[in-house]
Amino acid sequence: MSAPVVVAGASMAGLRAAEQLRAAGYLGPITLIGEEPHMPYNRPPLSKEVLAGKASFESLAFRPRAAVADVEWRLGTRVVAADPDRRAVELEDGEVLSYAGLVVATGMRPRRLRCPGPLDGRHTVRTIDDARGLREALTRPGARVVVVGAGFIGCEVAATAVALGAARVTVVDPMPLPMVGPLGDLLAKALLKRHEERGVDFLLGTGVAGFEGADHVTGVVLGDGTVLPADVVVESVGSIANTEWLDGNGLDLTDGVLTDEHLRVGGRPEVVAVGDVARFPNARYDGVPRRVEHWSIPTDTAKHAARALAAHLGGADAGPDPFAPLPTFWSDQHDFRLQSFGAPGLGLGDVRVLDGDPDGDVLVGYHTGGRLVGVVALGGQAAAAAAARYRAELLKLPAPTA
Amino acid sequence: MKVVVDMNKCQDHGQCVFAAPDVFSFDDAGRLAYVSDPDDALRDEVEEAADVCPLQAIRIED
Repeated sequence: MSAPVVVAGASMAGLRAAEQLRAAGYLGPITLIGEEPHMPYNRPPLSKEVLAGKASFESLAFRPRAAVADVEWRLGTRVVAADPDRRAVELEDGEVLSYAGLVVATGMRPRRLRCPGPLDGRHTVRTIDDARGLREALTRPGARVVVVGAGFIGCEVAATAVALGAARVTVVDPMPLPMVGPLGDLLAKALLKRHEERGVDFLLGTGVAGFEGADHVTGVVLGDGTVLPADVVVESVGSIANTEWLDGNGLDLTDGVLTDEHLRVGGRPEVVAVGDVARFPNARYDGVPRRVEHWSIPTDTAKHAARALAAHLGGADAGPDPFAPLPTFWSDQHDFRLQSFGAPGLGLGDVRVLDGDPDGDVLVGYHTGGRLVGVVALGGQAAAAAAARYRAELLKLPAPTA
Repeated sequence: MKVVVDMNKCQDHGQCVFAAPDVFSFDDAGRLAYVSDPDDALRDEVEEAADVCPLQAIRIED
């Protein structure tokens, strides 16, 4: 039998890659290898609906397309090494699998704080098991919660913790405003105000030096020595790419896996990367390779990468059109939503209110060289719909020439 | 082709409206409306819509 396409990573990006290989006409064997024991599931509700108890864990499972009913799932194990010259990967138990094509879909894992103190009581939110443990801790009466990191996950978890009735919720971050990196000052200030009005405390411009407690966390030690009492700590301080298994092959793994404009890795047409582990150039913007940790990216990357890989396995070229997705993200916090289209991060130097005002529903535009490159709405459903009206304009953007 | 949207899950993100405008739309009240038995020629569009639904609320039944 011919060697399969091996998909390393069986989460959303891996599943979508398998489905898109079929959609692109690849009919050969596919093997997906996933570290978690679960079939692929949808992660955004882990910090929101599922954490709040409004949706069941079972409701998260993706429904794989019928076209992938014949693929092989190897769950509860992981790829520990790759040998691209021999077209083979090695699993945890030493088994070696040859491949005709390889899809890198191993994703990210949460970064952890390395400062001293007990581990018990400190949580991250990436997997179902993480969310189960955190929900149990947050629903204990009188829980005092400290969230370290005021990014997407930190802000969402803080909002959910307040809704669950936590006694006190404090977000700590070295930056001066929540989510200021991706959003800029204007929206970050509006976001801070909304969170504070809804019962979240913020300690900004300060880092964490350590944790107090014998076996279980009892407090968070801040940079200035102050101790914040805590029963539950959530660490939402970014993530680390799962690429160690690709070490030693001369690949650029400085931040995820570097790919070309067709998501191919290391100049090898039979190896592609998908999802948030892929550092790809986006032809819609400046062509600088970046990793993008948005929910839309696994589906977008899988579609393009699978076409390129299926074409190669069928003896054809990848096609002329480079990968040029329109990034989109959303974040539900308390009773409001952030909805983004385009690349606001590329236009932080020229931020304008397009509609509404920051105290109510507001739509903000981000510009580079006077050109709109991204919009973000903050508010209710009407604001999100207003952002969506700019989608067509953002899609029309010509790719810059230099 | 039969399309089913779990309206208990739907949160009006509207990603499906972009992916398959012939099948999904917003009504005047801003709530999702959709064609439950679209032509099979629209299958690619509908599959795309199901993929991009943040709540994974769209199901395609043959």
